[in-house]
Parts: sequence; structure tokens; C-alpha cells
Amino acid sequence: MTSKRLPSGGLIDRGTTVRFNFDGRSFTGHPGDTLASALLANGVRLVGRSFKYHRPRGIMTAGPEEPNALVELREGARREPNTKATEIELHDGLVSASQNRWPSLAFDLMSINGFAGPAISAGFYYKTFMWPKSFWEKLYEPLIRRAAGLGRAASQPDPDHYEAMHAHCDVLVVGSGAAGLAAARAAGEAGARVIICERDFVPGGGLLLSPADAAWRGDMVNALEAMPNVEILTRTNVFGYYDHNLLGAVERVSDHKAEPDQHEVRQRYRTFRAKQVVLATGASERLIAFPGNDRPGAMMAGAALTYLRRFGVVPGRNAVVFTNNDSAYETALALAEAGSGKVTLVDVRSQSALAAAMTARGIDVRLASEVAYFDGKTALVRRRGGAGGDKFVADLLCPSGGWNPNVQLASQSGAKPRWEATLASHVPGESVQAERSAGATKGIFGIGAAAYDGARAGREAAAAAGFAKAQDFALPERGPAEQPIAPFWEVKASGKSFVDLQHDVTAEDIRLAHREGFSHVEHAKRYTTHGMATDQGKLGSLVGSAILAEARGEPVEAVGVPTHRPYTMPVAFGALAGHASGAHFQPVRRTALNDWHLRNGAVMQPTGAWLRPFFYPKPGETGWEPIFREARAVRSSVGICDVSTLGKIDVQGPDAAAFLDRLYINTFSTLAVGKCRYGVMLREDGIVFDDGTTSRLAEDHFLVTTTTGNAAPVLEHMEFHAQTVWPELDVQFCSVTDQWAQVAVAGPKSRETLAAAVDGLDLSNEVFPFMGVGEGKIAGVPVRLFRISFSGELAYEIAVPSGHAETVWEAILAAGKPFGIVPYGLEAMSLMRVEKGHAAGPELNGQTTAADLGMGRMMKKSGDVIGRVLAGRPGLADPGRPRLVGIRPVDTNKRLRGGAHIVREPGSGTSMGWVSSVTQSIEHACWIGLAMVENGEALKNQRVFAVSPLHDESVEVTITSPHHVDPENLRVRA
Amino acid sequence: MHLIPCPYCGERPQDEFHYRGDATVKRPAPDAGEQAFYDYVYTRANPRGWHDEWWQHYAGCRQWIRVRRNTLTHAVAASAGPADALPEATP
Repeated sequence: MTSKRLPSGGLIDRGTTVRFNFDGRSFTGHPGDTLASALLANGVRLVGRSFKYHRPRGIMTAGPEEPNALVELREGARREPNTKATEIELHDGLVSASQNRWPSLAFDLMSINGFAGPAISAGFYYKTFMWPKSFWEKLYEPLIRRAAGLGRAASQPDPDHYEAMHAHCDVLVVGSGAAGLAAARAAGEAGARVIICERDFVPGGGLLLSPADAAWRGDMVNALEAMPNVEILTRTNVFGYYDHNLLGAVERVSDHKAEPDQHEVRQRYRTFRAKQVVLATGASERLIAFPGNDRPGAMMAGAALTYLRRFGVVPGRNAVVFTNNDSAYETALALAEAGSGKVTLVDVRSQSALAAAMTARGIDVRLASEVAYFDGKTALVRRRGGAGGDKFVADLLCPSGGWNPNVQLASQSGAKPRWEATLASHVPGESVQAERSAGATKGIFGIGAAAYDGARAGREAAAAAGFAKAQDFALPERGPAEQPIAPFWEVKASGKSFVDLQHDVTAEDIRLAHREGFSHVEHAKRYTTHGMATDQGKLGSLVGSAILAEARGEPVEAVGVPTHRPYTMPVAFGALAGHASGAHFQPVRRTALNDWHLRNGAVMQPTGAWLRPFFYPKPGETGWEPIFREARAVRSSVGICDVSTLGKIDVQGPDAAAFLDRLYINTFSTLAVGKCRYGVMLREDGIVFDDGTTSRLAEDHFLVTTTTGNAAPVLEHMEFHAQTVWPELDVQFCSVTDQWAQVAVAGPKSRETLAAAVDGLDLSNEVFPFMGVGEGKIAGVPVRLFRISFSGELAYEIAVPSGHAETVWEAILAAGKPFGIVPYGLEAMSLMRVEKGHAAGPELNGQTTAADLGMGRMMKKSGDVIGRVLAGRPGLADPGRPRLVGIRPVDTNKRLRGGAHIVREPGSGTSMGWVSSVTQSIEHACWIGLAMVENGEALKNQRVFAVSPLHDESVEVTITSPHHVDPENLRVRA
Repeated sequence: MHLIPCPYCGERPQDEFHYRGDATVKRPAPDAGEQAFYDYVYTRANPRGWHDEWWQHYAGCRQWIRVRRNTLTHAVAASAGPADALPEATP
């Protein structure tokens, strides 16, 4: 145990002790700790195994850039894999476990991969597991999964709730360090509505590491909390910057509790539409590549400072700090102050004005030097590029390769990162959206300087949003300028020098990618998987680019870094889904008769957004029995069906008929008032779009019906053409789908049934023939009647104002009782429509023409019709195209399958078409089907085969008319 | 996520709209022939930069509107009803 808690200091509540569990062992910590700081305080050094080589790893950082300390958090249904110990707020009863080790963390059999190192190089998976093909599924994939799997997701459904919240503000400030707090205060005092988002559970950012600025931080936070126009959101990470100043975030509402309180959500997905944005997301320290930079005990210099100052934890006894810039000097000083052992400062620069002050504190300063090797116990320090060197006992090695401004959000907003030589890094480029960066995000370091810059940014943002009241608050002193950084990326020495610790990518892998032709930074990233892990390359992305640049013989800025895309940090699917899961996945549409269906035992089926009765089983009925019973009742007597989901569009105006003539391939202007007609509409490319019956209620008043699924697209299609193509037509229309319930009454006894129920309309065949439309009353309710049939029987549809649907439905049931009327569902309806040979969804599949469906002759001879011209193209007019036909098995015991191919001979390999719809028939006592078959017309009565290789089936079938029932259409006219 | 200025309802989020496509193509006269209709349905310029597009405010006023949008930056410069003209040039 080399790390331990200091006797005092830090922003932890030492008066309270909380218990937690890691890998089955019980530990204690304090409120204010992260899991990482508490583990370090307990001397835990080893927290995980690496992805590829299973190398032992320790805590490397103190934030979202953590590559090593990934743990499974919580247990059972709440188990969450790959969470970062550095981001987990410690609480009483926290349970966590290390990942990617087998059988145990200390003894891992897979670490043998480390000895096979050179074999598992960049592109290894691409190269090795290619051949032989059959090995992939059986051997390679299970092996890789066993070896490489990170954490395990919970196998039970998530018991917690998530929600979404959307907000608007004048100024959104991302980050609450010195720059963010000053920006929020300036904008807030100017009068703007401000929201400030902080990823951490305490606002302050870098201020939390500076005891001298603690008072200013406290004053700022208190002042902001007191302002009614300012909202501070902690535990809220902004993960993406989208178009028109929309930003997305996740608020971790109750991740810091064992489980959420009653009615509390676990996480809240948030979006912000901001007039102006201030990005104050700080900077991330970058790695230096040197052999052993991944060993337990390696910890970024800034992270070590965080553990010392914020958590009162000294992360090691004897430390070597390895830097190319001034920032790590503070780490060395803080380590020396902690006084637990020897501190050595290795600076690659040959001069440092701060060296004397370090030496005075007992720090061994080695200038113009580098760390050539670290194994967790000793570090080899040598002159830059030299041989030999001095060995130091060191259980802590703190590299600092400089700081990368966190330009991710600015970059996502469209501001291209710009290379800044004085930082050897990128800063945000020129703004594209209404945003500005401030403080370290912009490359302005030091608390005082960042605060000044933040105040400026907040003032500017408020002014741009229209708020300019004077502001007055104090800012911290600006410190002295730092010495220039010496860009430094890699120590060239033998051993594994990592650039991506989470994916085990080494400097040598980057060079290999270049040698093998993957020299573009985006290609190298994908070939090596550098920067593709959950830390998104925050530590080493630029280091990899610099090594690639050297291999290419170009400057780093010419190579650049891969494009920054959302998300800046991993986001749980649960948060993105919010409430839209399970039964709440999408809104459900219910017909006016839904309650009746439920009370009467219907099995309900979702079809699109609608819930429809599938069938109404009686006790003891199984399989197809209820469907056969319902269909037989219709064919032999009478049945009733809820067809309310049909799209209904009311069309009115002097030009209504002319408008419909252009929408449909057939003519509606010649339709008599009180009649309806079946119509087909095409897309402009000549393919069938939709079909349905349209009734003429008055000279200038039509009622169009559409298929259930196309109700909305047909309305949009009509609106587009009425508003933009033919604005001269005087026509208005409106969806009335929900206003009218619709009921089909079908079967030879339907007329007698309705005669007993309907007042005010003579239903005799002479007065109300097939395709007649009329009005009457049922149970005192005014209704519209249409004599149309989907089943192929004598049938009517009755439209009733939705609120009265059940009254009318019950009245018809009562009238049909002497005939044994039964309600029938979607399945019986489908059975009968296949028997009758009506085209439906499987035939109107976006590939078929009217001629393909046997309706080519419906096209009128003249006039403007959508789709007419392109339907005439040779390819679409080709008579050899697949045509709608019927099929029946030669051996009536064989079943048919939808999706089967039609072939001349089994095994012939050439498909002549496909089976679109199948059903068991009640009229033919065998399976029947509809199919689209090339030259189908000419093949009538011939035998072909329906093959389904998926089921290893081949069934000899006879091609028939699609009308398996009543091809002369006598029943509907009876 | 875009903010689209509906000329009838004001600025509204993109999820209230459906996109259709190029608003510079005009449906040919019924007798213009196959090539004219082919171009109307299929031939598109796919510009990099400003583009006039049809959008429908389907979850609002249900009007089809023309929107001048930059396909590169996603900036929206102007919108107009189907009978109204978009400005001649966009800065």
C-alpha cells in the first residue's frame, strides 16, 4: 500500500464515513470522494486489466479521460459496465467490481497475451482472423469475446426510470471553473437567463485544486445561486453540440445513490436551445509515450494534484514527475509538501527558472532529461536521447505532456480547431454558431486569466442576446506568465510505449499503420483503434497524431486529429430512450370500439400505431380455430368487423372532382352523387401508391378512404399537390379518420341484419345496389352506409360518429342475433381478402404498377394524372413483369409460405417471382396464396414450384386466377 | 436539430416538419413528355451550399413551405409560402 489519506485537507467530509465494496472487499471513504479517490486512500493500486494484453492497470486520471479504472457498478438489474471510477461519486453501500480479468484481478491467465505482444499488433484482427472463413463463428469470435470483453451489462430489465427535459435560455455556460463561473455571473448580472452545466458533482473545476481561491469560488457560487435568472446544474455533462444552438446533456440525477428515491429518475436527458453559448470546458492533460507509461503507479501529473488537493490523498510515496511544461511543477511541490518520500522532477527542457525553488524544497530536479522506463517500482531517468541513466525507486510516475484545450464541443458546433504552436495543441477556430470559448478551453491558462476571459465571454454573450446591464464583481489576481512548453511526445526506448491505454495501442502500432498505408489520421485511428474507446482518446489522441506526423515526415498540424463527434462521453441508452420504452415506446392509437373488443375477449394486435382485434377466441379454441369460425360465419351468414383504422379524408370544393381525377388513375368526375368507386393512385414515378374507395356525397363533396398505413402519407401527398402544384384548384380537405368509426357488416345475411337495424334507408338491391352510398339511422344515430365489400360477400360498411360507435355496433349485433352474427378480426379479414384476391400491403409494396396488379385497364384515356407519364416507361409497361396471380398446392396437404420464390423446377436457381400472401382457405380446404409471377397471365393453370430455401421446402403449385372465390363477383352484387 | 422559420407560425423545431426535397424543380405540363417527367422525379443537382427545399409544417399549420437552407452549414436564410418567392440572392 503506497497511497494513503493525508491527515487533513481536501473537500471531503471527514466527519462522516461511508462503506463501499470493490471486488468483494469492504472499504471506507468519505462523502466528497470518488470511487477512485477512496480506492487510492485505501491503498488499492491495481484496478483493472487492459483490453488486449491484459496488462495490470491502476488509476491514471481523476476525470472522464480515465482509460483504466473501468468498473462494473452496482449489482443485479442495476449493474452498469464500463463506468469510470474517477467519475463515480462515493456513497454508502456502493458495490463495484473490476473488469476484464479472468479468473481474478491479481492473477490473470490472459496476461499471456503480453508475451505474445508482437503478434497482436495493429490491424491484428483484420489480418489474423480472416481465414479460414469457417473458423470465424466457431473459434475466433468466441475467443475474442472471452478475451476482450469489457464489463458485463445487466441481464435483467432496467428497473429505473429516465426522462427528457427541454429548456431554452439566453446564455448557456458549459463548465463551472473560473471561466465558467465568471461568464455565468457576468451574463446573469447583465439580466440574461443563464443555465450553467457542470459535469462534476461540485461546481468549481480547477478552482477545487486551489485552496487560495476557495473563498472566491464560494462567493461566486453563492451569488449565482441567489440569482433567480441563473440555474446551476451539477452532475450534468453536455455531450453534444448540434445545429442551431441545440445542445444535448445528461443529468445524472441519482447515480450517486444506491437506488433512486421513490418517483425519482436515474438520469435525465436534457436539451438546451440557447441564444448564446459560452464553452468553458477546460483542458485535458496529455500523455507522453514512454516504455511502461501504463504501469500501475503511472498517473497524470494533474490527476495526482487533484487527489492531493481535492481529496487529501497522497497517491504514492516516491514520485517521479515527468514534464515538458510548468504545470507539473505544482504537482511536484504538492507531493513534496505531503512529505511521504522522495520527489524527482524530470523536465525535458534544458532550462527552468523554477528549478531553484524546487531544489530548495528538497526536490531532485533533472533538466534536459527523460524517463526511459517505468515498471511500477523503478524509473530509469537519462539525458534526453542518451544511453544509460539513473534508476530511481518510484511507485508513482506523473507524466505531463502539456494541456489540450477541450475543443470537442466547439469543434462539433462547426468551429474547425486551429493549431496553436505556443501550446503545441489545438484551440477552437472561428465560431460558426452563436458560441464562444473562454479560459483554458481557448488556451488561456491560470485561474485569474481564465476568470477575466470568462467574464468577458459572459458579457459578450449576454450583449449578443440583448442584455447589457452593468456588472460588478471581483476577479482573482492574474498570475505570472508561464515558461514556454517544449513540444515532446515520445521517448524512443525499447518497450511498449502506449498512446491509448484503454485499447492498448502503442507508438509502434501507429508507425505500423503508416507503413501499411493507413497514414491518414482517420485511417490510422480505425486501423489501430486509437482513440476509439470510452475515453475517446482524451489522453493520447494528439500524441498518436504527433507520432504519425513524424513517420510521415510532416508537422503535427498537417496531420491533425480525427474529427470530434458526439458524444463527448458515453451516454446510457436508457437516458436517450427516456420514457419511450416498453409499452411507452410509441403512442398507441385505439379505435372507438377498443373497449368493446377488450370486454369481449379480443386478442389485440399492434398494426403500425393502431391496436386492432386479431380474433375473438372462444374458450378452448386454439390455433386457426377462431379464425376459421369467424370467416365461416361471414361466408355462410353474417359477421361484423371494426374497420375504423381506414384513413378517411373529407374533400370539398368546386374543383374537388377535378382534383381527384388528377390523383387517381380512374375518373371521379363522372361518379354519381350517392355512389362510390374503387380507385388507385400512383406515385409520380408510376408505382402504385395507395388504393381505396371514394364516395360522392354531393356534387362538390367527396369522402376518400385510404389504406390504414398510408393515411398520413396520402394526406401529405394531396396537400403538396393542392398547395404547390395546382394552387388554382378550389379544393379543401381534411383528415376525418378519428371523427368517424367504421364498421363492416359482411355475409349473405348482412342485408337482412341491417334491414332490421337501419331506419330511413331502403336496402333492397334495386334501391341500394353494389357501390351505393346512403344515409340512415341506427339506434337513433345518423350513419352513412356504403355498399362495398373486402371479404367478397354481400357487405356494407357503416360510418358512425366516433362517440356513438358502440351504440351502433351493439344495435347491429342485436339485429344480427337471429342469424348468429359474430364479430371477426383482422386475421379472418385477411383470410377472406386472400381468398377474394384483393391486393393489400404485401402486393402494394412500392415496386408494383397498376398493370402488375391486374388493374392496368383502370387508367383513363386522357387527362393529367400523377404517375401516368412515367408508368408508361418501357421497363414498367413490360408485359413480362411479375403479375398478380393465385397459387394453390398440387398436393393439398402442403403448406405455402409467404416470401417463397416461384421457380420452374426445384433447384433451377432462377426466380420467376415471389409468393406475396398466403392463408389457409375455408373455401378450398387447403393453403392458397397470391404471388407476383413473371408472365403470370400466360402461365395460368400451369404447374411451378414455390421454394423456400430457408425452410428447405419446395411445393408444387398451380397458377390460378388471384380470385380464389367468386371470380365472377356475383356475391357482392346479390 | 434545425430551427425552421415557418412563414405562418414562426420559428419551430425541425421535428414539426417533414422534408420533401428540391423546391427548384417544377412539375412539367402533362404533355411535356417522358424525359421532362424523368428529370422532375429523378434529376437533382445536390448542391454544396444554399438550396431551396420543400418542407411541410405537418405538426403545425400543415402548409408546404420553401426553405432556403445551406447544405454545408445547415444555416437557414429564408422561408416562404408556396405562392411567395424566396429572395433573389442570399448573402
